[in-house]
This record gives sequence, C-alpha cells and structure tokens, in this order.
Amino acid sequence: MSPPILALEAVSKSFGGLRVIEDLSFEILPGERVALIGPNGAGKTTAFNLITGVFPVDAGRILLDGADITRLPARKRIRAGLARTFQNVRLLAHLTVLENVMVAQYARNASLAGILQPVNLRAGNRWQRAARAALEAVGLGQYAARPTGGLPYGIQKRVELVRALAAQPRVLLLDEPAAGLNPAETEALREQLETISAGGVTLLVVEHDMHFIGAFCRRVVVLNFGCKIAECDADAVGDDPRVREAYLGNQTAFAHAA
Amino acid sequence: MSGYLEGVLVLLAINVILAYAAFLPIVAGQLNLGVAGFMATGAYVSAYLTNAHAWLPVPAALAGMGLTAALALVVAVPILRTRGIYLALATFAFGQVVQATILNLNVVGGASGYPVAAHIGAAVIAAFAVVVFVLVYLLFHTRFGISVTAVSDDELVADQMGLSVRWLQTAAFVIGSAIAGLAGALQAHHFSYIEAQGFNVLLSIYIVLYVLLGGTQTIYGPLLGAAVFTLLPELLRGSAQWRYVIFAGLILALMTWRPQGVVTRSLLRRLLDWRRPAAEAA
Repeated sequence: MSPPILALEAVSKSFGGLRVIEDLSFEILPGERVALIGPNGAGKTTAFNLITGVFPVDAGRILLDGADITRLPARKRIRAGLARTFQNVRLLAHLTVLENVMVAQYARNASLAGILQPVNLRAGNRWQRAARAALEAVGLGQYAARPTGGLPYGIQKRVELVRALAAQPRVLLLDEPAAGLNPAETEALREQLETISAGGVTLLVVEHDMHFIGAFCRRVVVLNFGCKIAECDADAVGDDPRVREAYLGNQTAFAHAA
Repeated sequence: MSGYLEGVLVLLAINVILAYAAFLPIVAGQLNLGVAGFMATGAYVSAYLTNAHAWLPVPAALAGMGLTAALALVVAVPILRTRGIYLALATFAFGQVVQATILNLNVVGGASGYPVAAHIGAAVIAAFAVVVFVLVYLLFHTRFGISVTAVSDDELVADQMGLSVRWLQTAAFVIGSAIAGLAGALQAHHFSYIEAQGFNVLLSIYIVLYVLLGGTQTIYGPLLGAAVFTLLPELLRGSAQWRYVIFAGLILALMTWRPQGVVTRSLLRRLLDWRRPAAEAA
C-alpha cells in the first residue's frame, strides 16, 4: 500500500478554553476522495484551517507526503502542493477572473523572478494563456476579462476552484463546494471535480450535501465536537449509530419522548 | 519656454513622482502619511552630498533615493506591524520625527534652512518623472501588480495562495519611499533651498489626496490626480483670493461623484470597449 499523501497525527487546537479539535488523526491515500462531515460547529473548517496553516496547531503533527509541515507557514504549504477553496467564496474583488487565476500561479514559481514575471505586459503571454485555457477547459472562458463582483455565485465557486488548481496542487481541500448551488450547478461542479480527480489530485471535501458525498466520495471521516467519531465508507455512514446520534440526537431519548 | 511654464512643468513633474510615491503603499493597502518625511530624507542627503562633498547633482539625487530606501526598510519592520488607522498614525509620527531631527541638525542648517548650490534643470526633472512612470507601469504589469492588489483585497487569501504578504507590503512601502526620496532630491536641487518646515504633514496629505482623487485602481489615477492638483490652482489664478475656495469645492465635488477616484478599472474598460468597434470599422 502506498504511504498516505496527507496525514494528521493527534492534532489538537483550542481557542481560549474551548477545545475545537481534539486528538484528531486520519490519513488520506494518493488519489483518494475523502469527505469530512459533521454537524455545525464540529470543527470541520477549523481542521481545514489547521491543515492549510491559517492557525498553528497546539499539539500533534501534519504530514504532507511524508514531510512534516506542522510548522510550515501557510504560503509555503500551497507551494508544497496543498491548495484550498473557501467556505464563502473569496475571490479578489479588484482583479478580473483571469487575474484571480493567475494569482495562484505564483505558488509554482515562488521567487523574485516569479514575482517579476510580466504577466500583464503583453496580451496573450504564456501565463495568461495558461489561465485562460484552465478557464476554458471548464466552460468559463467567456468570464475571463470580467471583474469578479456581480458574477453568479455558482460561477464564482467554480472560478475559485480553477484558481486553486492553478497552483497545481497534489492535495486539494474543498470547503463546502456545493453549498448554495442549485442542482444544475452542483452537477457541473461534480463533473469538474471528476476531471480534477481523474488528473490524480487527492481531494478532501467538507460538505453537508449527503447526496453529493454519496455520489462523489468513497470514504468519510465524521467529526463531532472536535473529535473523530467515525471513519467509514460513504455508503455505510448512515448506518453508523454514533453518526446517527451526532446528527439526530439520542434515539432512545426520542423513543421515550414519544 | 517661458519661466512661468517651466515652473509649472517642474511642479507637475515633481508632483507626478510624489503621487507614485504614495500610490505604491496605498495599492498594497497601506496609507503612508509620512511621504514628506521620506522626501525630506532624500532632499537633505542629496543636498549634503552636493554641498559638502561636491557630488554631481544627479548621482547625489540617486544616492539620496538609495539612502531613503534603506531608511524605509529599517522603519518598515516596526511600522508595518501596525494596521489601518494605526499604520497611518505611525507613518505620520515618522514624518514628525524626521522633521524634528532636521530642525536640530546644525550641519544642514537646522531651523534656518539649507541653501543648495548645485542645480538640476527642468528637462532632467521631467525626464525623471517619465522614467518613474515607465518603471511603475512596467512593475504593475508584472506579477507584482496583481499580487499587491491581492494583498490589499484579502490578506488571508493572498497568504493561502502562496504570496508573501509581508514581503510584498514591505517592497511596496520601500519602493514608494525611495520614489519620495528622489522627488525630494530633485526639488532641493531645482529650487536651491530647502527647510524642514516645508516637509510637513500637510504636504503628505496633499500627496495622498492626489492619489485618492485620481483613483487607486489603475496606475493612471495618480498621474491624473497629480496633474489636476498642479494645474487647477494655476488655471484658477485669475480669481485671486477665491481660488482656494473653488479648489476645495471641486475636491468635495470629486469625492461625491467619483468616490473611487476619477480613473477606475470599469472606466478604462468602458473606454476600451468604446474604442474597439471604432478600430474594427476603420
């Protein structure tokens, strides 16, 4: 069996006295599609923020492809191949769609020479062509020159995905990719993710839409109050009594009330 | 060229350079109210080099610019730890410190000012303004341009996308300050006299106003802002004591009608769209 591409080892995080993530461990193999689920406030987004380096962990280790990235600053994690999208779309408002995508290209070329690449000097230079091709590949080419404000929410979410991919990550973290999308947009997103996954990118998805998870992810890690309460196949997650209790409450209590 | 026109040209060139000195940090999300302090540094260093060490004025101006950049790098470390209004206050305080220091430096005349013997002509100053504009134009068409905009739009996203937020902010601050130092050196060697009182906070605020009213979204905003601020008071000269009242009224009107500045990205886009069909027809 190949070694895990992403591993959390006994990771903990508190904000003040509140223990948000407690002793969290899980492993993801290269090419896998794993969902991270749990009720609101379970610590899913915090787990993402620890993995991408927004906050430092209090204890434990995070390994990317065997290398310890626990103390690596966020900007260096994406350069190491760990990219993300955001729960509420965060495109850069004063840049065009094309420029938003180009911003993430820097992660592959992080140096003084990289920052001085003349990306906007000549129209149609190789950086613009690469970003435009990435947008066109998912049918978003027509939006390239548009400012990001005023675009439909579903389009913005997919632009954000293209942006994260411009860093050519090995692992992509998606924070609620389907939230706020209508069924047609969710389907377009799923197709886009299938293509990404087929390209060999490992996916870790926080999501509430269980249909989406059932259709897309193989394995599920379930969090509740910052602890991992289950880890199982996506098909079996509904049968696990601990998961049912986390989402629906104690069923014997329901029985008594009834 | 008449003396009057030449005087206006020099003012215009220096103000354009100063506008870009304030523009760079503003684009990276920093309000620098210490531009006059950096300007004074460049002015006094270069004037001292020509007066006391017989340097040629242009190399002295470049040396003044370099030393201003070094000073900016040193103060950037503590100053850029602050945010928003506190950053504005810290840069304001820096300007005051520079002014007070010069007032007490007798080697450059202290409070009585410092005459500058060497001279830099209008043509050279205009050429420097063109060079500054071209360099800023080139810089903002590299990845640096979209990266600093990303930093001022959303620092967290910029960081998560792999950009070095602090490095970019420091670079913008230092380059802007170096440009201010150059403007100070040119002014000192054209007007042959400098005094600490001239580099006050009002000057810093005026320079920031050029940029804010011209527009911070494109590199053409500062150019237009500096031009309007330089030329408008001259055009209003006819109405003597009322000209500053009219001038202030125009500033208020601009802030009301174009709160994003006169030149915005959407305005440029509309101009280009309007031009394109015409070009195709021709």
